[in-house]
Amino acid sequence: MIKRVVFRHRWLPFALVGPQLLITFVFFIWPASQALYQSFLVEDAFGLASEFVWLDNFIELFADEHYLASFRTTIVFSVSVAGLSMSLALLLAVMADRVIRGAMAYKTLLIWPYAVAPAVAGVLWFFMFNPTVGINAFVLHQLGYDWNHYLDGGDALILVIIAASWNQISYNFLFFLAGLQAIPRSLIEAAAIDGATPFKRFWTIVFPLLSPTTFFLLVVNSVFAFFNTFGIIHATTEGGPFQATTILVYKVYNDGFIGLDLGGSAAQSVILMIIVIGLTVVQFRYIERKVEY
Amino acid sequence: MVENRPYLTFASHVIVIICLAMIMLPIWIAFVASTHPMEALLTQPIPMWPGDQFFENYSTVLGAGIQAAGGVPVGTMMFNSLVMALSITIGKIAISLIAAYAVVYFSFPFRMTCFWIIFITLMLPVEVRILPTFKVAADLGLLNTYAGLSLPLIASATATFLFRQFFLTVPEELTEAARIDGAGPLKFFKDILLPLSRTNIAALFVILFIYGWNQYLWPLLVTTEESFYTVVMGIQRMVNVSESRPVWHLVMATTMLAMLPPVIVVVTMQKLFVKGLVETEK
Repeated sequence: MIKRVVFRHRWLPFALVGPQLLITFVFFIWPASQALYQSFLVEDAFGLASEFVWLDNFIELFADEHYLASFRTTIVFSVSVAGLSMSLALLLAVMADRVIRGAMAYKTLLIWPYAVAPAVAGVLWFFMFNPTVGINAFVLHQLGYDWNHYLDGGDALILVIIAASWNQISYNFLFFLAGLQAIPRSLIEAAAIDGATPFKRFWTIVFPLLSPTTFFLLVVNSVFAFFNTFGIIHATTEGGPFQATTILVYKVYNDGFIGLDLGGSAAQSVILMIIVIGLTVVQFRYIERKVEY
Repeated sequence: MVENRPYLTFASHVIVIICLAMIMLPIWIAFVASTHPMEALLTQPIPMWPGDQFFENYSTVLGAGIQAAGGVPVGTMMFNSLVMALSITIGKIAISLIAAYAVVYFSFPFRMTCFWIIFITLMLPVEVRILPTFKVAADLGLLNTYAGLSLPLIASATATFLFRQFFLTVPEELTEAARIDGAGPLKFFKDILLPLSRTNIAALFVILFIYGWNQYLWPLLVTTEESFYTVVMGIQRMVNVSESRPVWHLVMATTMLAMLPPVIVVVTMQKLFVKGLVETEK
């Protein structure tokens, strides 16, 4: 944790960590503790008086049909995003790992969606699926399906799922490709000599050996879907129609800034913090395991 | 490859190319739409080949902006985005470097406490503490300033952690030699540690620039004056215009402009990008 040879100085180390600590305290720890404190309060309509109500905000939340619906939406959303984008990325990585010619070009062409902001990715797909001008909506119409994400909640949810998965595909691709390249060739060659087909080799050797990467990506994708997709939702569907795409992060923003329900919004923040901490702990435990191997 | 299966290799290429085409499609459509006049987009199906309005559309957007969305020139917004992205990137790297240096190379009271306080912030994205953070920024008078756009996003445990890990791998002999030669802590940092960290700094720069440029929620909250809008959050106001149809050809031109800088950074600095991505996740 520390060097054997260290410097000694009375004030220099404090001056060096100072800026980081100051910003951490002012913009992270203080607001987070405020959120925690506020989640136990109820304010009156004018924000003049507040009352300490213990866990009432939380109890109210879990009795609120809208909140539970938002929880379900978030879970459907995250599972779909992780599933869709990881399976596509794995397919692409396996194929790109097979080919020798053009592998570099494919990699270059695949990494850039990572650089596109979630909100921009949302707008791109929003345009493609737009009922009046979108090309995808047009094709779907020709096939006999009337796509309208302004009115149909299911369509809107599919739209944001596609946009989020598209945004995340290059990240998953890069990690799967690195994972595939780390698998010892001798294992695959031995299986090939024993007569295993490429398909069988994938399911019995490659896929199990990839499981650490898969698990890691599952956590990262959940974090992405839970927290970083705010832009996609806000820039396109705005949580609608009829709250069909109101994921938890969007609801915190909406209840706090638009609805001005401070206590409720703070309680939601606290629940989200618990989820982040949970996911981070899972991730760290996994990393510790990896070091042991 | 292990064995030669020409059909399978051919099939692999076909699958990759089909998937690539699907992934590229949104960009192509957006580019095509940004080169047509609005009328061309109102007839179904919309054109699939670029039109002749490229210069007209892009110069309108860059210079004048979109009237229905407040008419802020996209040029201004891109400048704001650039300032925000660069301040976040440079700020993060600078304060993490010195903080990691202090934690690894000095022994002082509460050293580990400092480290853990910084580390905890890893767990708290802006999204989960928006309201109180907004209140702090408002109380400090940071609304509608560049400092307000970048300062709250500057602290991050990721970069500190990364530099700490790297410093721990720097051989002790270097420090000993420097001390025998009479170098003080600041000289050692400037002449030995900084040059050694060059690749790490560059890799982190790529990742953090993208992170900074793509910020959405925070600029949305702290900017109420149009002259401080950033381009990524500005698009949303063009899409969700009330009582009129979005001017799609101009919106798509803005979209293309908004993603251009980070995409260029990723593609031209691919090696550093991959290095940064893998290392920040360790």
